[in-house]
Amino acid sequence: MKLTKLLTTAAVALGLATTAMASEKTKVGFVYVGPVGDGGWTYEHDQGRKAVVAEFGDEVETTYVESVPEGADAERVITQMALQGADLIFTTSFGYMDPTINVAKKFPDVKFEHATGYKTADNVSVYSARFYEGRAVQGHIAGRMTKSNVIGYIASFPIPEVIRGINSAYIHAKKVNPDIQFKIIWAYTWFDPAKEADAAKALIEQGADVILQHTDSTAPQAAAQAAGNVITFGQASDMSEYAPLPRVSSIIDNWAPYYIARTKAVMDGTWESTSTWDGIGAGMVGIGEISDAVPADVKAEALALKDSLASGEYHAFTGPLNKQDGSPWLAEGETADDGTLAGMNFYVEGIEAEIPN
Amino acid sequence: MDLSAINPVLLVASLMVAATPLLLAAVGELVVEKAGVLNLGVEGMMIVGAISGFAISVETGSPLVGLVAAMIGGAVLSLLFAFLTQVALANQVASGLALTLFGLGLSALMGQSYVGIKPPAMARLDIPVLSDLPVIGPILFSHDPVLYIGIALTAGVWALLKYSRAGLILRAVGESHDAAHALGYNVIRVRVLAIMFGGACAGLGGAYISLIRVPQWTEGMTAGIGWIALALVVFASWKPWRVLLGAYLFGGINVLQLNLQAAGIAIPVEYLAMSPYLITILVLVIMSADKSRAPASLGRTFHASQ
Repeated sequence: MKLTKLLTTAAVALGLATTAMASEKTKVGFVYVGPVGDGGWTYEHDQGRKAVVAEFGDEVETTYVESVPEGADAERVITQMALQGADLIFTTSFGYMDPTINVAKKFPDVKFEHATGYKTADNVSVYSARFYEGRAVQGHIAGRMTKSNVIGYIASFPIPEVIRGINSAYIHAKKVNPDIQFKIIWAYTWFDPAKEADAAKALIEQGADVILQHTDSTAPQAAAQAAGNVITFGQASDMSEYAPLPRVSSIIDNWAPYYIARTKAVMDGTWESTSTWDGIGAGMVGIGEISDAVPADVKAEALALKDSLASGEYHAFTGPLNKQDGSPWLAEGETADDGTLAGMNFYVEGIEAEIPN
Repeated sequence: MDLSAINPVLLVASLMVAATPLLLAAVGELVVEKAGVLNLGVEGMMIVGAISGFAISVETGSPLVGLVAAMIGGAVLSLLFAFLTQVALANQVASGLALTLFGLGLSALMGQSYVGIKPPAMARLDIPVLSDLPVIGPILFSHDPVLYIGIALTAGVWALLKYSRAGLILRAVGESHDAAHALGYNVIRVRVLAIMFGGACAGLGGAYISLIRVPQWTEGMTAGIGWIALALVVFASWKPWRVLLGAYLFGGINVLQLNLQAAGIAIPVEYLAMSPYLITILVLVIMSADKSRAPASLGRTFHASQ
């Protein structure tokens, strides 16, 4: 045997050996868009990761990379994780959609899970939560509690997920208070405390006394607190440190059961590409405790709304509803189908603003 | 569209607040670069200042002590950079980048037990009569003290660089460290002092965000302002008053575009969102069409034996 051949064989054997060793533990990677200490979106994903570790102990090895910019950088990070032998990779922001699909093509044996997106492949699942159900509850409380009838909304990026939230909140605020007006600011960031605070201040200066946010930090809560007489809702995480005022309730993301189930599926070899979209009923979306600052009757109504959403007897997008331009969307009693919701790119009638392209 | 919803007085007042952290960090970096040192670690020093100031003011209950601590924090971190580049003669670009990464990590570690805590409030200036004046009162006479420090600092740096002997030495070191050395000035000492000054300013700017502008501690909360400060120094052609102008432009247009969005103006949001960067760069580039240029020794390492 020639030396080169011997070396090649040795290298292959070594390679097999390391693969065998690596496969003893299931490696799970997480890609985060913000820091794990953001107190919101990424924090909750990391809680999910910790739950996986707590569940499986030594059988899993988790890694994560935080504050990964959406775009080309994400592709590099995901590739790196796959190269380091990850079996399952969760990419936890909408902007990682194309990078995830691209990397997944190169690593057919690695399983990928992309949050809040809509592109799947044989080894790419998507999962998201029906946050709009939580937004319905927020909209209800907001509509009942506002005195100025101006509701400020700090939006992040014009993607279906965010637009759904605005629509859902608007529909349910309008239902209880026909005079309300929405003022929407697009921050074009998921996480920038200073900018989020500035946006909250601008909305408050323009008369908003309720601030809804779809950005990840607690900065708007602090701004509302400083202004006084403004109520807010926790986003992604409970943000209970700002309760009872300004934070009167919250949407809490609960990823732990899903992350545990998917990790288990990889261990058992039963993993398949799926699209998961769970809401309040399945426990993926939680409604944080409604604080005492909310009058008892409003609280009771909000909880009733939550229960009807959870049981499925009421859908947050139930007709009659028109699109912003006045064209009919849903007839009386009709509910929106998931396909339309997943790709939602229009406002409902009544919102006076335009969606950026 | 409802422009009447925008209150111009409140707008000007909040743009000054939005501009201050950027101004503080950029003025500090200007002095550093004038001494011939390129410190890319502004972001790292800001965030360390933000958490140092936050932690100390929470522990002591005094925002002023916190601000001093933030300056010390930023300056101490910058000493690391000074050691690497001035003593160990490491590459300044690499050291600066490392400083930013280190600062971000260190601040996250230091801040773990401070998430969700509210800092003591900073008293605003409240001068009887003056602060109550319509229009002028809210704009000029009812801010927090740090905002005025920012403006005073700009004036101070300008006067120091232009008129004082110390400023002349600093500029000499930045333009030609060999000549300054030959004249008997201690190049390393001047540069280390300049780096520490820059660190203290960046720290103060960071603490302004965590104690006054937001106010709370969140990991990574400076979110790139340090990088904008670096760019601002270049676009402002290393001139203090232009840094002030640029910072106010940038902060101002940022606040303005948020207000315009909330008022529902018919300009596409994408253009509004990019306008702060675009307009600031445009104005400063047009202004720097004169013969101003970077300090000649910027980014070069110096050793007395060479």
